Amino acid sequence: MTPLTRHDILLMMPEKTIESIAVRRLDILDEQGNADISLLSPLSAEEIRKMYASLVLARTFDQRALHLQREGRIGTYASILGQEAAQVGSAFALGKSDWVFPSFRETGVYLTMGYPPHQLFQYWGGDERGMVSPQGLNIFPISIPVGTHIPHAVGAAMAAKYRKDPIAVAAYFGDGGTSKGDFHEGFTMAGVFKSPVVFLCQNNQWAISVPRERQTAAKTLAQKAYAYGFEGIQVDGNDIFAVYKACRDAFGKARSGGGPTFIECVTYRMSHHTTADDATRYRQESEVEAWKERDPLLRLKRYMEKQGLWTEQYRQETEEGAKRTVDGAVRTAEALPPPHPEEMILSTYAELTPRQAKEIEDF
Amino acid sequence: MPKMNMVQAINLALKEEMERDPDVVLLGEDVGKNGGVFRITEGLHSLFGAERVMDTPLAESGLVGAAIGMAVYGLKPVAEIQFMGFIYPAVDQIFSHAARIRSRSRGRFTCPLVIRTPYGVGIKSPELHSESSEALFCHMPGIKVVVPSSPFAAKGLLTSAIRDPDPVLFLESTRLYRLVKEEVPEGEYTLPLGKARVVQEGKEITVIAWGSMLHKALQAVDGYDAEVIDPMTLRPFDEETILSSVKKTGRVVIIQEAPKTGGFGAELSATIAEDAMLHLKGPVLRVAGCDAALPLARLEDAYMPSVERMRRAFDGIMKY
Ligand SMILES: Cc1ncc(C[n+]2csc(CCOP(=O)(O)OP(=O)(O)O)c2C)c(N)n1
Ligand SMILES: [Mg+2]
Repeated sequence: MTPLTRHDILLMMPEKTIESIAVRRLDILDEQGNADISLLSPLSAEEIRKMYASLVLARTFDQRALHLQREGRIGTYASILGQEAAQVGSAFALGKSDWVFPSFRETGVYLTMGYPPHQLFQYWGGDERGMVSPQGLNIFPISIPVGTHIPHAVGAAMAAKYRKDPIAVAAYFGDGGTSKGDFHEGFTMAGVFKSPVVFLCQNNQWAISVPRERQTAAKTLAQKAYAYGFEGIQVDGNDIFAVYKACRDAFGKARSGGGPTFIECVTYRMSHHTTADDATRYRQESEVEAWKERDPLLRLKRYMEKQGLWTEQYRQETEEGAKRTVDGAVRTAEALPPPHPEEMILSTYAELTPRQAKEIEDF
Repeated sequence: MPKMNMVQAINLALKEEMERDPDVVLLGEDVGKNGGVFRITEGLHSLFGAERVMDTPLAESGLVGAAIGMAVYGLKPVAEIQFMGFIYPAVDQIFSHAARIRSRSRGRFTCPLVIRTPYGVGIKSPELHSESSEALFCHMPGIKVVVPSSPFAAKGLLTSAIRDPDPVLFLESTRLYRLVKEEVPEGEYTLPLGKARVVQEGKEITVIAWGSMLHKALQAVDGYDAEVIDPMTLRPFDEETILSSVKKTGRVVIIQEAPKTGGFGAELSATIAEDAMLHLKGPVLRVAGCDAALPLARLEDAYMPSVERMRRAFDGIMKY
């Protein structure tokens, strides 16, 4: 070995840490319904009752949709059972002018935003008219392709920024969606353009049969945001107060020029992937059982009991109200006249092509 | 000989090829423990292990791109895309790389890859679960496109596709998966790529249909003296069988599930016009899906070529 020279010694460079990230995790409400009041958002009793009612509506709709599917009255359906808090809590934080880009498992978001429930039945029943958002509701049609709508949300946010509209855009997707190239490209754009977009991932632990740990070797999904230059935070997705607070903060930051945020809501898909799936083929029933104790509705109910916001009469009214809404929605959806074949052709372009005009004649 | 549906026949072809050749590996979303959403790979994960039957993250471009890398390295990957509507994120990999690696390296590297994917209307499912965009892939030199219409054909063609030295897109009709059962030999047999099958002989009309449309066409031709041809491979397609039939009948009806404009029927029609024009008694007709985005379940039937529309075309051409 050649001896070190004075010159070599001078050139020794100790390795430095040039960046380290810390990923925050937010919990407010525990499984017994105890809340950390220092973190609790200022919500009135009325607002909390409304939150719970929204959870019940989401669950009631979901259970009915599963029934209708079994009876052959709607097609394949993706249940939201277990994910209601992530959906209702985030939608509660949205403002009237904000925009939403959903995936296919956002029934609770739609309902909380005031989307007509009969249209959701209509959509899952195989009728595109169910996706016609009422005017004034900025909710984009469901993206069946996983994750490919993420850049759309970024683009809408870039457009809002360009027009100086003080709004936020929310993009919803699952843990599986974080593996898509479009996730990477969308996040890259959002960071570079500092777009007013909030990425809401419901990490429900499964992408059909692929468990979360086979989706990415990263320890959390939230940490991915740091590679794109913005903040990621993990929240307990079955804790409606934590979801609400993280979203409210992130939407507020987006509206006031602070740029994007990524929120990973840790939750669980209690049901099969869709009605076409059989989850018993790939996951243990004990895992599902363990998550039952973390039920988001149960947790808020326990909190309300402790706070004296819970009465038997309230429970009954809430459940009956949800049932009435859902019953009415099913009736309305099923009473609609069937779509006319012309519609699929007429909605291709603003104007018919000559060939299409001929096709319509041939019907 | 055992009777099998298409799911079982494809599963058996995969199993036998994996037993025969250790370079054959499977990869895709939910193909492992779950056995694929249509159960095509059922049992293969426990038989061959997670190294050979790989559940990938949800990343079509990534999994097809990786399959290309494996193929170039020397393996024989069979990638599954869960539904044809989700192959679009991988199109860049297929068009820009799989299709061109042989040509780009002047044969130094090749891409013996199979991409299997369910296609077509058939299971009343959400948007983009029913696409038949075969024409897009047929347009691309360097890719072969195969569409079996029966369990027997599926096994023989898939075996050939796996052994083929070039990339093959293998399209499996969701409607046919469990519709027909027929005798399928266990053990090795192959059907050559690029060869059509005359399903039924006839003298007055040549009817060309593939995949699930073949079955509808066979109902529709009842009462007509029609020769029915199943191309089985769309690229490269069997010009000889088709042209000799056209020369005999002088009348052609092409049936495709895909929208009419720019569909594979247009290629067939143009070839017939070029090479058999003087044998034709009337125009080459196409019965196709509507020129519209494939609708959800409630309008699927209106979109699809019906037996009635096919018969209208047969009656029309028989006037010549
Ligand atoms: C691009 C694309 N690939 C595959 C599919 C088929 N598919 C539908 S949902 C799904 C899993 C999605 O998992 P995740 O993103 O975690 O959402 P979750 O279903 O859990 O809500 C897959 C593979 C699809 N819809 N889109
Ligand atoms: Mg998931």
